[in-house]
Amino acid sequence: MGTAETKVVISGVGIISCFGEGIDVLWDAMLEGRTGLKRIERFDPSGFTSQVAGELAEDAFKVRKIVPKSHRKATKVMCRDTELAVGASMLAVASAGLATAGTGDAPPTLQPNRVGCHIGAGLIAADVNELGAALVTSKKEDGTFDLAHWGSEGMQNLTPLWLLKYLPNMLACHITIVHDCQGPSNAITCCEAASALSIAESRRVIQRGDADACLSGGAEDRVNPLALYRQHCTGRLADSDGSGDMSSLVQPFSEHATGTVIGEGGGIMIVESAVSCEARGGLPWCTIEGIGCRQSFADSPLDADPQAIASAITRALEEAGSTIDEIDVIVPLGSGVKQVDDAERDGLHTIFKDRLDSIPTITTIPYTGNCMAGNSGISIGVAAKALQEQKLPARLGADQTTGIDAGTCDSREMNIRNILCITAGEGGQCVAIVLGRISS
Amino acid sequence: MTRVVVTGMGWITPLGNDLDTVWKRMCNSESAIATIDRFDASSFPTKFAGQVRDFDWTAYVNDSAIHHSPAMNSQFALGAAKQAWEQSGLGNFKQLNLERAGIYMGAGEGVLDFSAHSMIDTHSWDVEDDKVDPVAWAKFAQDSLDEWGEVEQEPNMPLWHVAKEYGLRGPAFNCLTACAASTQAIGEATSVLLHGDADVMLTGGTHTMLHALGITGFNRLTALSTYDGDPKKASKPFSKDRGGFVMGEGSGMLVLETLEHALARGATPIAEIVGFGSSADAYRITDLHPEGRGPAAAITNALSQANIDPKATVDGKPLVQYISAHGTSTQENDSIETKAIKLVFGENAPNVPVSSIKSMMGHLIAAAGSVELITCIMSIQTGMLVPTINLDTPDPELDLDYVPNVAREAQVDCCVSNSFGFGGQNNTLVVKRFNS
Repeated sequence: MGTAETKVVISGVGIISCFGEGIDVLWDAMLEGRTGLKRIERFDPSGFTSQVAGELAEDAFKVRKIVPKSHRKATKVMCRDTELAVGASMLAVASAGLATAGTGDAPPTLQPNRVGCHIGAGLIAADVNELGAALVTSKKEDGTFDLAHWGSEGMQNLTPLWLLKYLPNMLACHITIVHDCQGPSNAITCCEAASALSIAESRRVIQRGDADACLSGGAEDRVNPLALYRQHCTGRLADSDGSGDMSSLVQPFSEHATGTVIGEGGGIMIVESAVSCEARGGLPWCTIEGIGCRQSFADSPLDADPQAIASAITRALEEAGSTIDEIDVIVPLGSGVKQVDDAERDGLHTIFKDRLDSIPTITTIPYTGNCMAGNSGISIGVAAKALQEQKLPARLGADQTTGIDAGTCDSREMNIRNILCITAGEGGQCVAIVLGRISS
Repeated sequence: MTRVVVTGMGWITPLGNDLDTVWKRMCNSESAIATIDRFDASSFPTKFAGQVRDFDWTAYVNDSAIHHSPAMNSQFALGAAKQAWEQSGLGNFKQLNLERAGIYMGAGEGVLDFSAHSMIDTHSWDVEDDKVDPVAWAKFAQDSLDEWGEVEQEPNMPLWHVAKEYGLRGPAFNCLTACAASTQAIGEATSVLLHGDADVMLTGGTHTMLHALGITGFNRLTALSTYDGDPKKASKPFSKDRGGFVMGEGSGMLVLETLEHALARGATPIAEIVGFGSSADAYRITDLHPEGRGPAAAITNALSQANIDPKATVDGKPLVQYISAHGTSTQENDSIETKAIKLVFGENAPNVPVSSIKSMMGHLIAAAGSVELITCIMSIQTGMLVPTINLDTPDPELDLDYVPNVAREAQVDCCVSNSFGFGGQNNTLVVKRFNS
């Protein structure tokens, strides 16, 4: 039976980003200061003003190669978002040293009904080629769409399980099936805050005693025409045709920031009670010391709210029992969207005052693009890695930022005790999480 | 020990847009299922649904201008939330700490503009390449689609609208576990309160998939009823001739509070949430586990949290007096749910009335669970069990008391409400009469 005082750790990290499979390829790029942003290759993006993304190379990730043989057939009904999440879950489980139904014939390390699964997902965009191929069968001679024909015949050209690809809970459902997680399961759909909220929920589920460990985080693919268009509609994207220096395209906290860019990827963690991790001989990456969640009161769902961000941080610090002096690094959303960055900085300043510009930040979006529901999964995974390695990766973006230490810099070694991760997502959900170093 | 009580509730449903109207119609065994008139579905395999009618969201908000053209799911949520908020009396409680007032929604996505999308996809189709020309697609999209309408499709937008309307600044989540979403939202909102992260949570669900692509998707899955008689007879949970679910739409919202907070401000608790169970089938995307493993685990976990032994009796009667079934009217769900109930309640199972309001209003998808939990609370309040209508051909394999066709009086103090989502996510709530 758990309680609110039950210690919870991150005992495994699985990341898929534009750099490929695993935290290490991303981490290496971040140590070197090498962005993964480039002109979109999956389709011709010329019709959009923002033509850049954090996109996986064509052969960099194939879900069929990473799932167990028993689940290969099911990959046919996976959308890209689900593929990314399932792939990241395989990496997370391996990273934690867990045996599950998805890892081979060894008996599971943990009882299946004590393993939960909380996965952040986005509004999954339909594949316009798949849907379009069915829709054109109902096109009249005059070029208009014939709904009557669609209802009687045209829809038969859609594969019967078409809808199941696009339900946001399918990320979590496929993961539960692959790993035989029979405990509490949820799909959190809160844009950039989705992964962080999933981790918050996993911790709460463990603390109330309903699970010993949870697969937790999120994934999303925005590198397709419909998803790119939907981001375009927010007015948040930086215009670029992909020429020029991509390492300074996204400039978190810069006066000259012009917006963010899309990405695909995600991060799945193993969130586990410290007791469970220790009992099985696991090696935690970091502790989850405190979490605060708040809702924005901004006038638009696209705007962030400094007060909500500050309040979330206050709550997280309270839970962690930490003072601001014990926070050595901050991992903000840092999207390059000026209003959101300004709100993050103002919210942080409310808490840290003038100390803010001396606390280094880690920003991931200039490397990976904004992976939306997967974004905080990636950034929290990077924070866990920074605590483990005691290193601060290089930063990309602008040379100068005001009031916050977020300008370009090289990587360096650093004594890091605690990292504050924050995210302020589209729709207004704000999350602050304090991660702590594992004491030897 | 912290206790969580319900202090307000409201719904927007195909049977009506206020608590009393809907309740009376359900007690009268009325069906809201009728021919779809939101779009021309006359050629579709399914031509009927439970549609919300006579609803104007602007009557449920203080200032419609702050809401930026909400999508229909957000409109429903605003309507249901207004009723819940008013019943709770929180609107008059000026000392409410808004950072301790959160929101947990189980909301579905907004309505896709199928007319525009079908035009864009077909006009940009490149016959030679046999795929969409993405450059043309982008141009048509930018010329044809309502940009804000696309933003409103994010599933967390109802959350934003409702939170904005009431100034809620506490913990905020949206989940979308298909048909189980709002039951999960209420359960996790309860957990947020028990964890000490908030004093008040506005929670529930909202959804509409009553549009051409939504009906298409479920028709292709062969999950929807294609009954060709009177639409009012189409949704027939637990009947031998059940042939799939009937689409509904709407919202159910509840105000939950810690008992301490409710009593301190002089509120009257309506009921108490005493148990929540969540599980995953971890079996197949397309099928439920044949033994009902996941649903049984969710029910068991919820009853365990409520300290209720499902196999015990007091004076010969089970401790649970009503189960609001997921009861979709599909062959598989109703059979597996019956199995799960029998597995958990053992010899008590035949003595626990079970009914499905989906027989009368259709399946509200993400919103179904919250509306069904309100039904449980109304049963506790009124001493009436609403029926499963259209149960004219009993299935010999399904032999529980499904309250067939006619409402009945009953002493109800404790209810179970089940919701099981596509893909195998299962959630159950236990709600009791409030007893100080």
